[in-house]
Amino acid sequence: MSTPILSVRTITKRFDGLTAVDSASLDVAPGTITGLIGPNGAGKTTLFAVIAGFETPTAGTVHFEGRDITGSEAHQRAATGIARTFQIVQPFAGLSVLENIRVGAYLRHRTRADATAAAGVVAQTVGLGTMADRPAASLTVAGRKRLELARALATQPKLLLLDEVLAGLNPSEIRDMLPVIRCIRDSGITILIVEHVMQAVMNLCDQVHVLAQGRMIAHGTPAEIARDHSVIEAYLGHGAAARMQALTGQAEAVPHA
Amino acid sequence: MSGASTRSILAVLAVLALLPLVLPSNTVLSFLTFVMIIALAAQGWNILAGLGGQFSFGHAAFFGTGAYGMALLQARFGVNAWVAFPLAVAVAGAAGLAIGFLSFRAKLRGSYFALVTLAFAEVFRVSANAWGFTGGAAGILLPLSPDPWRMQFADKRLFYWLALACVGGALMVTLAILRSRFGAHLVAVRENEEAARALGVDAVAVKLQAITLSAAITGASGCLYAQKFLYLDANIAYGAWISVEALLAPIVGGLGTVLGPLLGTLLLLGIGEASKLFFAALTGSSVPGVDLVVFGALLIVCVAFAPRGVMGLLERRAAT
Amino acid sequence: MLKYEILASALANGLMTGAVYALIALGLTLVYGVLHIINFASGAMLTAAMYAVFVAHSVFRIDPYVAILILTPLFFVLGYAMQRWVIGPASHGNDSNILLVTLGLSIIIENLLLATFRSDTRSIDVPYGFSVIEAGGLLLSLPRLIAFASAFAVAALLALILTQTDTGKAIRAVAKEKTGAALAGIEVAHIYAVTFGLGAACIAIAACLLMPTFLVNPRIGNAFTLVAFTIVVLGGMGSIAGALVGGLIIGVVESLSGLYFGESLGQIGIFLIFILVLLVWPTGLFGAKA
Repeated sequence: MSTPILSVRTITKRFDGLTAVDSASLDVAPGTITGLIGPNGAGKTTLFAVIAGFETPTAGTVHFEGRDITGSEAHQRAATGIARTFQIVQPFAGLSVLENIRVGAYLRHRTRADATAAAGVVAQTVGLGTMADRPAASLTVAGRKRLELARALATQPKLLLLDEVLAGLNPSEIRDMLPVIRCIRDSGITILIVEHVMQAVMNLCDQVHVLAQGRMIAHGTPAEIARDHSVIEAYLGHGAAARMQALTGQAEAVPHA
Repeated sequence: MSGASTRSILAVLAVLALLPLVLPSNTVLSFLTFVMIIALAAQGWNILAGLGGQFSFGHAAFFGTGAYGMALLQARFGVNAWVAFPLAVAVAGAAGLAIGFLSFRAKLRGSYFALVTLAFAEVFRVSANAWGFTGGAAGILLPLSPDPWRMQFADKRLFYWLALACVGGALMVTLAILRSRFGAHLVAVRENEEAARALGVDAVAVKLQAITLSAAITGASGCLYAQKFLYLDANIAYGAWISVEALLAPIVGGLGTVLGPLLGTLLLLGIGEASKLFFAALTGSSVPGVDLVVFGALLIVCVAFAPRGVMGLLERRAAT
Repeated sequence: MLKYEILASALANGLMTGAVYALIALGLTLVYGVLHIINFASGAMLTAAMYAVFVAHSVFRIDPYVAILILTPLFFVLGYAMQRWVIGPASHGNDSNILLVTLGLSIIIENLLLATFRSDTRSIDVPYGFSVIEAGGLLLSLPRLIAFASAFAVAALLALILTQTDTGKAIRAVAKEKTGAALAGIEVAHIYAVTFGLGAACIAIAACLLMPTFLVNPRIGNAFTLVAFTIVVLGGMGSIAGALVGGLIIGVVESLSGLYFGESLGQIGIFLIFILVLLVWPTGLFGAKA
């Protein structure tokens, strides 16, 4: 494995006695898509919030490109090249699609003209080009997910954190979204993705980390994770391994874009 | 979506500038001058609340600081009025920065922010009322001496034009903000602070800049008030009336729009005068408080039916 | 010896005033705990209730304590109607809007009172207005002692309503989990309005207890508004015990600082407590996370 772009070391996060994340570590190699999976309440979203600077960890460190960023704030992390999306989409409802994306674009562009131009390009990339002047509030769920992605991309990140960007989409919308994500990776942006849609994880990811009850219990390639019977039984319940294997087989049958 | 262009603003300003020449009435002139003073306070409030989404219930703190600054610098330190004006505006801005620093650092939002600003305004009011330096309960009187050098004019129209110029300046500042990176950040913080931070917006810094600018503009309104009436006491300068009018006018006119606060002030004070006259004619004597009853009702009606005020209604008409 | 007596009587007075403050704060904190809104009109509602006591006494010769029996249900209904048909629909469930709508209501109420009664200060004259009771060498004002005891009785009654009645249980369910309560068949808008009505009823009782020893003018409510908010944040937003303890503390602080620093600076003490609690200790004494 090459030098990781993101290195999370023994992060612990407690809320009023409840340990949401317990000494979790993970590395993300540059240029890859890394998945973070686990059952509900495993602490994925909390770990994500710690990486993005929205929560301060009780213990542990986060390094980005070799620098310790544990103490830096969310907006500073965005400036150093970490962007995130939210599981529950958070559009600026009173603004147009383009104005939403432009807020992200202003991070690297000082003038209105430059930021507007950059936002227009990103809107095209994620397939929102024709809806640029629509109010963000008028978008469908799938449209909002794309907007969430577009705003994050407009900050020109090196590392993109995607929090359940496929949740709530129907199968055909998911099929439309997968090539967009792969295309972002191919443009040189490293991706860390929290996802429930197992088919997508198996299909997209180069490496997968498994979090259960706040602890990191396994990591490896999707195939290795799928084969790791004992681990999967432990957190997905009895018989899950067999179902998962069936899913991987299915995922490989999905045509690549 | 700013609802205004440089051209439309200049047109509105030109009409307002010509009004005293067309309508040579002292009553109209003093009404319009008062409208400009209140509109300036409202424009200050609109930058923080309309653009930034931080609803202050205590803008009297900044109005009063500007007013007392203007009066005390002249009366106690012999500073020239034209020098005192920018100094008092700066002091009001500093008060905004200080209150903002304490409140935003403590992560106060929504109702909590509204209440804490109200409490600050009350602390200022009670202090100014008790302190000898500010004239205590007796207030502070500025000597009348019509002299342009003292920002007092024999021709009342000159003061009106001065106030109008301040309002014009504030309109241009608001428009420039809306078209800038800072404005985009401010509006993003209003719409969703978490999402804005994720996109690299330093929310606390943006809010601090907004409250400083907002307080300075409302402080300028206080300066004009002190200079126009040449008398202040704590209940005028730091009274709840100005906090209420500074927030009512933008809500009625159009929250977060450029021309909304000015339009709202004109409408509000116009309706206020009309309702006073109406009830006086109806009952044969003046009835205190009726204009404010109408204001309160307008506030509720706007919140319920016209979230972007009169400007919003005009835009909707233009769109169909 | 004199020094001790002055101090002790200031303390006793503070506690008695504090109990009535607590009663006003009780209404505010109950509404906050359930609806998560700040009722900015509570001061104006108190003023209106005080005028109602004044009218009841001077026009209909009804004793203020008897007026409790009339004004409590009346204000419950008024409060219910206000929330159900004005505040709820007008604010579209938005936090800032609720604040603005209740501000609008407070402006309307206050100025309607000003237009009707003008700015003169009024009071009522009851035979027991200056009655005192001697206790432990102190002379305690009888009406204020009654107010003190009644405030606790009302708080206890409120706690009983909340824990023992079906409506009370529904209120607590809505406060905890609005969506879940709605799914369980509770009509949330109705419960909100009932809660608001209970808050208004507390305010009406406070007015009846205040009037024998207090003055009323159209702006009197403002003096109580920030005091009541201070008590609510000090005690912890939404906490009934917090409102009681906070009320007593603030009553004593006001009385003692008035004794040492004079009345107007004593007021600043309360505002500063308010600001400090909000800035550094937003959960207050008994509150959950703000």
